[in-house]
Order: sequence, then structure tokens, then C-alpha cells
Amino acid sequence: MKEEVPFLKVTSLTKQFGGVRAVDTVSFDLKKGEILGVIGPNGSGKTTLVNLITGFVKPDAGKVFYQGRDITGLMPHRIADLGIARAFQMVKPFYQLPAFKNLIIPLFSPRVKRLAGGKYGDRDAIAIDLLEEVGFERDSFVPFKVASVLPHGYLKRMELALCMALRPELIILDELFSGLSMAEVASMLPIIEKLMSENLTIIMIEHRLKELFRISNRVIVLNYGRKIAEGPPKEVMESEEVKKAYLGSETE
Amino acid sequence: MEYRKERIDRGIKARTEDIYALFSYREMLYLFVPRAVPILGLFLVTLLVGVYWQKVLISTAVFALLALSWDLLTAAGMVSLGQALFFGVGAYITGILNHYFKLSPLFTIPIATVGGGVVCTLLLLPVLRLRGIYFAMVTLALPLMLVRIIEATKIFGGTEGLSGLAGLPSTRFELYLGLIAVLVVLFFFRRLINTDYGLVLRGIRDNDRSVMRSGINIYWYKAQALFMASAVGAFAGALMTHVYMFVGMPVFEMDYSILPIASAVVGGMGTFAGSMLGAFILVPLSEALRGVGGLRIVFYGLFLVIFTVALPEGIFHYFQRKYHQFERWVKVEK
Repeated sequence: MKEEVPFLKVTSLTKQFGGVRAVDTVSFDLKKGEILGVIGPNGSGKTTLVNLITGFVKPDAGKVFYQGRDITGLMPHRIADLGIARAFQMVKPFYQLPAFKNLIIPLFSPRVKRLAGGKYGDRDAIAIDLLEEVGFERDSFVPFKVASVLPHGYLKRMELALCMALRPELIILDELFSGLSMAEVASMLPIIEKLMSENLTIIMIEHRLKELFRISNRVIVLNYGRKIAEGPPKEVMESEEVKKAYLGSETE
Repeated sequence: MEYRKERIDRGIKARTEDIYALFSYREMLYLFVPRAVPILGLFLVTLLVGVYWQKVLISTAVFALLALSWDLLTAAGMVSLGQALFFGVGAYITGILNHYFKLSPLFTIPIATVGGGVVCTLLLLPVLRLRGIYFAMVTLALPLMLVRIIEATKIFGGTEGLSGLAGLPSTRFELYLGLIAVLVVLFFFRRLINTDYGLVLRGIRDNDRSVMRSGINIYWYKAQALFMASAVGAFAGALMTHVYMFVGMPVFEMDYSILPIASAVVGGMGTFAGSMLGAFILVPLSEALRGVGGLRIVFYGLFLVIFTVALPEGIFHYFQRKYHQFERWVKVEK
């Protein structure tokens, strides 16, 4: 019987910055349609892990397999071209451009052209549709406003739309909810749930544990670059090691 | 009584680049006049001035081309301190083709334009990954390096250069070739940068990581922008070579790197029209100051300082704002 190839397979990924092991022999598997949470205290290597998977940083050791294909060390645009989209924690849009024009760049990519059968279509219209999907009010002027006047919440939504524009199969969200109010997060959760219903695979790096645990059924916990726990949220948070990582150990 | 300045946009419809602009004569003129009047004025000037100022205008056109090329590179996030590289490579290719292979300018100029673009792009290809000042340092070093190579190996005439090259039919021909090239490049670049392709180039300047994660190969786009910019610079070099009927080490001089940047700063960068305007102010000014004698460079420098302090946005941006907005003083209500 043929063994099932995992959608994403990360094996003992390691990255050293000077004397610090930012990511230390981290391994995990991901099934298609799954939503994996990655949590851990500040500086535990979560963002570096994302950078390693998406090619922005080259690993010192370890491999990343995407749909059975070795993508370790590929250039970021090659990895994006294969269908892995990522949201940055720090949103840095093109401030002087209208919101919908910000989406033109992914819509202009070779991947989108290929998936649309060699034709780009009306990019402006597609961009506005995408912004509506992430909660920009359609019959308002919001999609046409320059990004510099948009509130942080809208910029975060736009970051999600930038990922969706690529028509990805795997989305990696690096602290999408950071800096948002409870209400804003609550209004964004249905968008993520909709993406899940479309069988997209998602990796969420989050500090907002309560919200994360509502949508994710499996989390991995990083501390000092090492994976210290993996499993369903409830079990993971019961683990002694995770408690120690978050609250500090009693002996110290 | 306190007053404040109120700014009111005018002609918004004409500025949306939408179909509105075609609805009324007033709006068509609003768009048409700022483009047509300077061009007609320029050609009128060429008819009135003598041979000396025609030569000055040719050199102005050459610097305007280099400034346009610099502006395109900057728009794509590549700061060049070595426009002389593009200029010099174009000049030498033309000179070599004409001197050794006896090709007529009809062939040497187009070949130098495309060939210069290819050569400069290949030379800078390994450093496309560098950003900002690191890329700038390499572009600064390359023309200086090429000059020493020519000096040391004595290739292509060494320090003497290649003289007695073919000239163009007449001064007027040279002048119009230069000016038409400037206008073609100006309108092509202005259009290009506002397309979605141009948006990607500007995206690379503002946030290259975001462009990469969008599945776009930024090095491929940078190489294309570099090719366009260096081809324009190489054309300028090729034209100048046939105007002087000589090519030698001076084509790699710092003048060709610095003056285009000064033009872009004085004129206002990012719009292409500003860079061109800057060249059309600085080069004739530098010639006009020749009468002053020894203090020429002092006055020239003073002018640059005054302009950058008084109008840091650039002349073009200033006039563009004045054209698009009413300004009036209104009382401040308390």
C-alpha cells in the first residue's frame, strides 16, 4: 500500500544566528485542509520558522517538503509560485496607493496567470472582489482609499487579501491578529473559517491563544527554537513544560 | 487677524485619467497645454538659436536622457551613482564599431543602444541582490574600473581614444535626434511606470519582500528595468560619440554620473518630467555661467544649494501643485 505523502513535511529544520539557535531541529507534518497553530513566547523562533519555510532565510540544516517535493532553499518567489502564501507580521503596504491597487502585484504574478488559464482578467475588479471577501464594505469608498489613511485593522485584512490573491494552497499567517481589538478579531474569524471550508491549509502563528484555539485543532509550541509540545490545544496547555515556558519555572 | 492658506483642487476629473477628460474642451486643454506648450516652445527655441547654443542643447538632451535613465532605476529601487557606465559603454561600442568595422552611424547607434543595455545589465547582474547604498557603490566603482582597464591595457586607443569617427549629417539633425529621443523616452517611461508592470517596479522599491511573496521574481524585473535604463544611457553615449566624432576615456567621467542626479534632484524625481526639466535648467545654466570666469563653479554650486533648500520637492512638483490647485488666503475663524 502506498504511504500517504504529507502536504507539508518539515524535518529537523535548524537555523543559527551567531550564537543563538533561532530554530533548533524542528519537525512536523501537516495534512491537507488542516489548520495548525504555532505558539510560543517572544523570541522562540516562530517567525524564523516561517521565514525558513517560505525561503526568506536559508536553513543551516533540515528539509522542507511540500506535496512531496523538496523546497528547501528555494527562492521566496519560487515557493510562492508553488502555492505557499504568507502574511507578514509587520504590515508594510504601498501607502500612497489605493487599497485595491495594493493587490495588483500578486494578481500580476505568473502563478495567477497560469491558474487563470493564461489570462489575467480584469485585475482591478478581482482586487475589489478580494477586498470585499476580507470585509471591506463593497458599497463604500474604502477599497479606493489610499492605504496610508486606512486603520490598522483594514491593513491586516488587506494583508490576508494579499495572500488570497495568489490563490494559494497553503497560507502561513504570521500574527495576523496582533494589534487588533477583540471585536476586530471576532469579525475576522469567519473569514478564516471560510478559507478552511474551501479546504485551504493554514499555519497560524498567534499570541491570541483563545481565538486560535477556537479554530485550530492542533498546535505546536516553540521555546528557544525547540518544539516542546504538539497536540490538541487543551492537552498542550496542560503540559508542564509549556506552563514553564510561558510562566517561568518555580525553581528559578 | 490670522490667515491661513487654503488649497482647493481643480480639474479633478481631468486628473483621474478617466474618460471624463474627453467630455469638454476645457478639460482636454487642461491636460493638453502643460504637455504641448513646453514641447512647442522647445522646438521654437531650436529654430531661433545659433550653432553654439544648438550644441549646448544637444549636450542638454544627452544629460536629460541620462537623468531619465537614473529616474527609472530609482523608481525600481536601484540607486545609481554611475550613469557614466551606461554612457561610456554606449560610446565605446559605437566608437569601436565605427573605427574598426567602418559601420555607419545608422547601424552603430542602434547596435550600441541595445548592446550597451545588454553589456551593462550583464555587468550589474551579479549585484542586483544588493540594495541602496551597496548597489550604488558598485555602480560608482564600475566606470572608474573600466577607465583604468582601458588605460592599463591600451585597448581601443588607450589614453588617446579613437578619433576621426563618422559624424552625423548636420548639427540640426543631431539636435532633433537628441530631442526626439528625450521626448520618446519621457512619455514611454511616464506611461510605463503607471501600468501594472510599473506598479511591480515601484513595489520592489517600497517593499521587495512583499513582491517576492507575491510569487514575482524581483531579480528578473530589476534586470528588465536595468536594461531599459542602461539602453537609454548607452544611446546618449552613442549620440555624443558621433557628435564629437571621438571616443576616449573622458566618457567615463564623473560629470556623466553626477549631473543627471543633480538634474533629478533640482527638477523633482519620480515623475521623469522633473528630471528632464532639471537637465534643461542645469546644463544651459552651466554654459551661461562660462562668462563669469573663475567663479563659475561657485555660482553653480550656490544655485544648486539654493534650489535644494528652497524647493526640496523639485521644480516640477512645485509647478504641478500650483497647476492642479488654487491657493488663497482665508481668515482663521476662532
